[in-house]
Amino acid sequence: MTRANAVEVAASPEAVAARLAASRYLADDSLATAIFLAIRLGKPLLLEGAPGVGKTEAAKAIAELLGRELVRLQCYEGIDAGHALYEWNYQRQLLAIRHAGEHEVDIYDDRFLIARPLLQVLRAPERRVLLVDEIDRSDHEFEALLLEFLSDFQISIPERGTIRAATQPIVILTSNRTRELAEALRRRCVYHWIGYPDAAREAEIIMLRSGHVAEATARAVAIAVQEIRTRPLAKPPGIAEAVEWANAATILEKGGSPWPQAFRRAIGVLIKDEEDLSAIAPELGRIVEEALA
Amino acid sequence: MTRDLNDPFSSFIPQRWQDRGGREGMRRGESLPRAAAPFLSFARLLRHHAFPVAPEQVTGFMQAVTLLGPRSMNDIREAALATLAPSPDRRGEFEAHFRSHFYGDAKPAIEGEEDDETRIKDDRGTREEESQTIRQEKGGELSSALEQLSSRDFRCDADGLGQFRRKLASALPVRHSFRTTRTRSRGTLDLRRSLSEIVSADGDIPSPLLRRRQAVSRKLLLLIDVSGSMKLHTADYLKLAHAAVQGADRAEVFTFGTRLTRITSALRIRDREQALARAAALVDDWDGGTRMGPALLAFLSVPRFSAFARGACVVVLSDGLERGSHAELEIAMRRFSARAFRLSLATPLAGDPRFRPATAALRAVLPVLDDLVDGSSLKSLTDFILSLARPAPAAETIWKRVS
Repeated sequence: MTRANAVEVAASPEAVAARLAASRYLADDSLATAIFLAIRLGKPLLLEGAPGVGKTEAAKAIAELLGRELVRLQCYEGIDAGHALYEWNYQRQLLAIRHAGEHEVDIYDDRFLIARPLLQVLRAPERRVLLVDEIDRSDHEFEALLLEFLSDFQISIPERGTIRAATQPIVILTSNRTRELAEALRRRCVYHWIGYPDAAREAEIIMLRSGHVAEATARAVAIAVQEIRTRPLAKPPGIAEAVEWANAATILEKGGSPWPQAFRRAIGVLIKDEEDLSAIAPELGRIVEEALA
Repeated sequence: MTRDLNDPFSSFIPQRWQDRGGREGMRRGESLPRAAAPFLSFARLLRHHAFPVAPEQVTGFMQAVTLLGPRSMNDIREAALATLAPSPDRRGEFEAHFRSHFYGDAKPAIEGEEDDETRIKDDRGTREEESQTIRQEKGGELSSALEQLSSRDFRCDADGLGQFRRKLASALPVRHSFRTTRTRSRGTLDLRRSLSEIVSADGDIPSPLLRRRQAVSRKLLLLIDVSGSMKLHTADYLKLAHAAVQGADRAEVFTFGTRLTRITSALRIRDREQALARAAALVDDWDGGTRMGPALLAFLSVPRFSAFARGACVVVLSDGLERGSHAELEIAMRRFSARAFRLSLATPLAGDPRFRPATAALRAVLPVLDDLVDGSSLKSLTDFILSLARPAPAAETIWKRVS
């Protein structure tokens, strides 16, 4: 798909939202606007939000909407250039040297180059979308390296020279905000904070995502989860957990548990912290009853 | 998109591909259409209120407004949120400024949303450059006086803090970093460098080159109780904190009483007097009551802060006298110990040889503490912090033996 197509796809925020919905992702106006702006301004999109609000899903949906392949770079503490940019295949290089004998061999040929996510995207920006996931987990040094990539969209390989992107790639960054990102990185991006959706939207998301959950169940789950999130929990349940909960409760109900009980039994997929479980347990029955009412 | 063509400011907006620094927009500043003025002045307003807004963000903002139409005020708001990227903590403040600027609302009374939760004050908003420039502007006499102060401070190291500062970086416990460093012994094969050696040696394999994981010193987190009952010690503790911030690679300092205040960047100022004065000005709850549990929970509820506690040496400087129920303190300490590499409580009460952890609060938190030590003097504290790398039996076993 070419860039002209990307512009066509992102004709307006509403068009973006409609296309995302077709990829089974419900975006609110604000997120649709941010995605629209990121594509049209040609800037990276930085999505921040609590764990489980659908940041990675949003990236997948964007890739699908553009009809491109998603290349994911999962960040972690200690990630370095060898994992993000490129690496030489030393074993093959050694073999090639041995094999060549007296002949000359170019050990810095393409076939010895292992392209890591950033280089993969740089080589075919019109076919790929880059997702830099959970950038807050990486350390500051890596952030600086990424900054260089995001501002010039080029990678310098000492043995080969500089590789530039033919067109500007579409890049999505996500962060759980476990630490503050550098201002320099933030200001290069179009920014969006994904919050928890309201009950109605969450019910829609649950319906869309799970497939076999009844509408009444989805609505009850959404209301109950909203209620649970207001409690002081160590890890408030995300949207993904809410979907799981609806799924699990439906399965249990089909297996013969009556409704309120099915919800209570399936709580393990919603709250995954022993302390939180014991904090919410006494109230759970009432919350579920009220949500079902 | 046809909308761009008849837009008032499409003329000054550079092509998306060539504009990256935003300098383009700045240079053509004089020819800006009048309709663009409110956007520029909004950015100025934000900067005035200590929002970091870069020139390229302003260009991005105006481009975004153009792209969106704008069809409504909401479009402008969305564009501002997406391109100027206010941090989620200051979102409410940002919206208030937006309303006051674009709708002409009355000046917002912005002092955060008041609620019964522990207030968190983060000094990150005030920039360090500011204090730097202020210092530079001062006359020669004054700055030389400052210099004298600091040099005197350096010479007569009466409280032993100078030595503490110098020793600290190497005394903190270390962890293995993911990064590697070149080494001559005890490491794994460095394929990249070895290969280039082999190539230059024409296919022969000389002695292989090695790499080893680097050792990084752990983070140090100091949480200082500034409530009334700690009055005698807070001055000393702040001096210690200043030395720690100056000495350690990564240290963070918070004070808590009825509120939680981050004072690290104030303490980064090299000159001790100046740093302490700035830190003192930041803290609003000197010598008040203690709400230790809620304050520590508030600390943990900020992802950025609690991420810092992960794998760090956490030293709480407090007497552990909690008013009312200690349930929250217990929860907070348990969560801290789950995150921290080592959790220590230094209490001035332990300076008394008759001290036993007898209060209900201390007894409750003792099982999760790694150390419960004497915090009554700077000497004992500095000695303790410098010994953090050495293993010690858990606090509970030590105090059981004593009592």
